[in-house]
Amino acid sequence: MNPTTLFGLCGAALVGIGLYGLLTDPRLLRKIIAFNLVGSGVFLLFGVVARRGADAGLGGDPVPQALVITGIVVAFSATALAVALLLRLHDAGGGATLDDGADSAGKDRSPS
Amino acid sequence: MPPTEALAAGASAGGGWLVASIAWPIIALLLVIAGGERLAARVGVLALPIGLAIAAAVALQVGGSGELVYNVGGWAPPLGIALRADGLSAAMLLVTAIVAGGSGIYALADFGPPRAGSSGRTSLAFWASLLGAWAALNLAFLGNDLFNLYVALEMLTFAAVPLVCLDGRAETLKAALRYLLYALVGSVLYLLGAVLLYGAYGTLDLGLLATVAQPGPATWAAAALMTAGLLAKTALFPLHLWLPPAHAGAPPAASAVLSALVVKGSFFIVLRLWFEALPGLGSAAAMQLIGLLGAGAILYGSALALRQTRLKLLVAYSTVAQIGYLFLVFPLAFDAASGRLAAGAALMGGLLQAVSHALAKAAMFMSAGLIAVTLGHDRIADLGGLARARPTSLLAFALAGVSLVGLPPSGGFAAKWLLLSAAVATGQWWWAVVIVLGGLLTGAYLVLVLMRALDEPTAPAAPLQPVAAWREAVPLVLALLAVFMGLAGVLP
Repeated sequence: MNPTTLFGLCGAALVGIGLYGLLTDPRLLRKIIAFNLVGSGVFLLFGVVARRGADAGLGGDPVPQALVITGIVVAFSATALAVALLLRLHDAGGGATLDDGADSAGKDRSPS
Repeated sequence: MPPTEALAAGASAGGGWLVASIAWPIIALLLVIAGGERLAARVGVLALPIGLAIAAAVALQVGGSGELVYNVGGWAPPLGIALRADGLSAAMLLVTAIVAGGSGIYALADFGPPRAGSSGRTSLAFWASLLGAWAALNLAFLGNDLFNLYVALEMLTFAAVPLVCLDGRAETLKAALRYLLYALVGSVLYLLGAVLLYGAYGTLDLGLLATVAQPGPATWAAAALMTAGLLAKTALFPLHLWLPPAHAGAPPAASAVLSALVVKGSFFIVLRLWFEALPGLGSAAAMQLIGLLGAGAILYGSALALRQTRLKLLVAYSTVAQIGYLFLVFPLAFDAASGRLAAGAALMGGLLQAVSHALAKAAMFMSAGLIAVTLGHDRIADLGGLARARPTSLLAFALAGVSLVGLPPSGGFAAKWLLLSAAVATGQWWWAVVIVLGGLLTGAYLVLVLMRALDEPTAPAAPLQPVAAWREAVPLVLALLAVFMGLAGVLP
């Protein structure tokens, strides 16, 4: 197994672990961390694509490397926004999980 | 690069307008932030007509030449990134400018310049988010590069999430977080698909992908991942769970933008992906599956809308249902003989549905908001006496309903008529059944609301709150546009 395949498999495993966490854990902070795991897996795949697409003598194709930087910035901002919302939710007395609202269909809500 | 060379690389003369339509909302957003809490509303509302004028300029040029292309920095794909406007983009740009403008004017009462003693924080947040969402939508409609579209998707999410939780109550914060998580998973799946496509073909440009993409495991996986991610962001059944609490809990002007426009951004990218980048990839079974989800959305969303006790939630579930119609485009546009998606009556019907739903749903959320202000609640069972108390808003609600049900001459009628004729022409009668059944259910839940509103007052009426006439005019104008949009096709 060459390093590129190994990194690819690691990326796939990270995406899988992250998705599992996102779907099963009701705690919001865990969900946010799980999202970051998925993101890391995808970014690792960017690296794999860059390595595979490289011309002879080059370390990597620069396009995916440029894209991954944008991707990391976006994931960072998303995490910051999610954590800020979570803190506000906690301060507003709404707890830190989503487990009570999963079946919000048809539930009575105060007018807004 | 001098302009002549840039033109030689496939760019069109009026391409600068495409840059303006993305840059202007961003410039206005920066001005709003610079103006601070005190000036946010004044700066924001001045930005609206200029944005509308830019959208109209793009639409005029596209109407003249059929297509506008701008190569960013003068570099043509595959080295550079192109912005491209065709008829679909022009229509969406225009309706976005109209609905954003209407929401902005309507919002002046809630998020206007702060009065003495009140904080302007929410006003600043509203105007910044509105302009941010507008810029992101324009980028989504004009982007011709999968990664550029990813950036548009993320910008849209970051602008839309604050709109959900402007009032900062715990339940809206929870709705916003649920929305954010759905959206983040959706865009990370989209990004994964995009990187797979880049790994396989070495380009992210939609037009170039169409020429090189071959059916195969990598392309199928990429298309499936991207489609699934975008469906989660568009809130197609069964990934719609985040939508009703998020849209129903937001202030009316924000709900209007979220329900009318924001979900259309990701839908538009699904269209681009399948019709522009991978037109020959779809199989009959895959397209039927997307159509099946759309049919599920129509029937399930309408059935739940019938069961709602609150007006805003009813309108939100109606959005879940109307999104379903958009996805009937895929089975109806699929040409089984050639195995390709063909732009035709079905695609036109989908576009009309997106545009007319945007106008009608914005009008509906705004008039529902005014009804809630008037009565102090939005319980459907206690709407009695509304016809006398707030006839204009009720009329706007009913006219918007005319378009949602699909009665002539509304835009909704034209959309559903095109989808129905495509269903008949391709012999897929089962979609025709769904379209007609969905229209009947929509009629049922709207008539229930109107019957209640035309009743005598049930309880001793609480003192009714006044509403400014100009606020009532905004949803009425949007609803009238939706109703008479169907006539636009008749005119030369």
